[in-house]
Amino acid sequence: MEQKTLRQIIKVEHLRRDFMVGSEKVHALRDVSFTINQGEFVTIMGTSGSGKSTLLNLLGCLDTPTSGQYLLDGVPVQSMSKNERAITRNRKIGFVFQNYNLLPKTTSIENVELPLLYNSTVSSIERRKHAIKALEAVGLSDRLYHKSNQMSGGQQQRVAIARALVNDPVIVLADEATGNLDTRTSFSILVLFQQLHARGRTIIFVTHNPELAAYSSRNIVLRDGKIVSDTVNNSPQSALEIYKSLPVDND
Amino acid sequence: MNFGNLLKIALKALNNNKLRCFLTMLGIIIGVASVITMLAIGQGSKNSIKAQISEMGSNMIMIHPGNMQRGGVRQSADDMQTLQVEDYQTILEQAKYISAVSPSVNSAGQFINGNNNYPSTIYGITPDYLDIRKVKIQDGIMFSEQDIKSAAKVCLLGKTVIDNLFPNGEDPVGRVVRFNKIPFTVIGTLEPKGTNSMGMDQDDVVLAPYTTIMKRVLAIDYIQSLFASAKDESLTDQAIDEVTGILRANHKLKDNADDDFTIRSQQELSQMMNSTSDMMTMLLACIAGISLLVGGIGIMNIMYVSVTERTREIGLRMSIGARGVDILSQFLIEAIIISVTGGIIGVIIGTIASWLVNAIAHWPVAIQIYSVILSFAVCTVTGIFFGWYPAQKAANLDPIEAIRYE
Repeated sequence: MEQKTLRQIIKVEHLRRDFMVGSEKVHALRDVSFTINQGEFVTIMGTSGSGKSTLLNLLGCLDTPTSGQYLLDGVPVQSMSKNERAITRNRKIGFVFQNYNLLPKTTSIENVELPLLYNSTVSSIERRKHAIKALEAVGLSDRLYHKSNQMSGGQQQRVAIARALVNDPVIVLADEATGNLDTRTSFSILVLFQQLHARGRTIIFVTHNPELAAYSSRNIVLRDGKIVSDTVNNSPQSALEIYKSLPVDND
Repeated sequence: MNFGNLLKIALKALNNNKLRCFLTMLGIIIGVASVITMLAIGQGSKNSIKAQISEMGSNMIMIHPGNMQRGGVRQSADDMQTLQVEDYQTILEQAKYISAVSPSVNSAGQFINGNNNYPSTIYGITPDYLDIRKVKIQDGIMFSEQDIKSAAKVCLLGKTVIDNLFPNGEDPVGRVVRFNKIPFTVIGTLEPKGTNSMGMDQDDVVLAPYTTIMKRVLAIDYIQSLFASAKDESLTDQAIDEVTGILRANHKLKDNADDDFTIRSQQELSQMMNSTSDMMTMLLACIAGISLLVGGIGIMNIMYVSVTERTREIGLRMSIGARGVDILSQFLIEAIIISVTGGIIGVIIGTIASWLVNAIAHWPVAIQIYSVILSFAVCTVTGIFFGWYPAQKAANLDPIEAIRYE
């Protein structure tokens, strides 16, 4: 089992998830197995209906599988209670959503602090310190007290990424994180993800956009609830270069 | 999740919706303020009735002849001649729970002074009567025991009678007025008492020795009624029992015979009036309570809308690690903050409103501590009760659906 000293962050085996739609049983995931090690930047792709959202919900401990095993950082998730899963999400997972989901009329720093508010072991001083550090990591150290509605989409998504990083998660789960952004801003966010990856973060990026596979270190493609390909990309393209080549939009 | 953090989250959420928060509070504010004001008005009127009654002598006992049957026919109390001077003397000598007693005989008629005349009632009494009825002498003196023995033709006038007989403001003391055809020397005047709680003019009165009225005016040998004072308000019942015993013995009534007299106490009157004002207070409190309930439903309504409106926010909170209980607590705390803050403001406004009612409408008010505590408690309970359902709804949302809610 011991391949080098890499930590296995995610290990799923024979994962199944069935839904009942009316009287019909829908198999959203059929026997999915894979392992994700520390430091990987994995894109999970698939058309709508391929089961990628279901997989994301399962990986994010928002849902439990019908059958199969899911070990997150060595801990089995499928046997956890609702509250245990909430605590796991709080301590080990960082979510980035397509529509940012920032609290309205709230400053960046308060938005970023939010996950730590649900962790009573973190004092208010530490909370602030972590939040500032996370905002610095996404390049927003000059926007600490800007309210969410005073910022552009790209900045809002950066705040959301800072919020995902503030609890120092074992994995960052991004769900179409560039879906609402224009091309240039999308690439700036991709640059940020690549930078985080370079600093050792484990990232899962769920998207339907096949172009993005070129920028990750591994690509998993789902179709009809099954993995149809799982390829390692040893030489990911630099998003920064593309970003620099894009014209600055000024009209 | 500690409480401080929850409080911070709830306050922040309320702060983001100040207007809605205030409008929700308004229901509670109006509810609490009206409960406090209504109860203050109710209690105020009760207190003023009580004060008026105690002004008339709260430990007063009235004994009238009556309850007598002759051959199965009940007789009018006016025809009764069962109370005798002897009864008065026995009560005076024997009753331990009675501090003062006075017979009373009265006659209505025309008072004449020169070319002024006025119809009033002359009461034949003893000096004890002043104590019993809490009447004070303003000018002059009370008549003496000697005057009673000699059935002296002296009298004391109430203010209304003075105003009518001496319209030019002369001093009535020492003057002679005629009652029907009998001349009475005015030896004193009575302090004005105003109208009583039933609207009767307590100053439309003339006092004279009872012997004078019995012998010279009415020519009767019985007394019409007795007024007495129990030593203390709380001893009224014992005093009544004692007087009953004395009178039954005096009248030689058999054990199975009905009393040939009736005893009434001021206590009964005060109980009757209290029950009236209690009913009014209850009615006011009910109306106010209903408005508090409506306020509570307002909270539920707004919280419910708020949960739907903030579904995405709830989904986000859950996805970053809020447990169901955290969400439940947040919404519950929001509801409680709204209701308790509304309660505090309501108490302040209620107090001011009560004070205004007193200052402007001159209604007596008495703010009840219990009403403040009660409405405050009701507020908090309302907050929890009406906040619970929406909070429960929020806590039971599925994070997967909530986060993608549009």
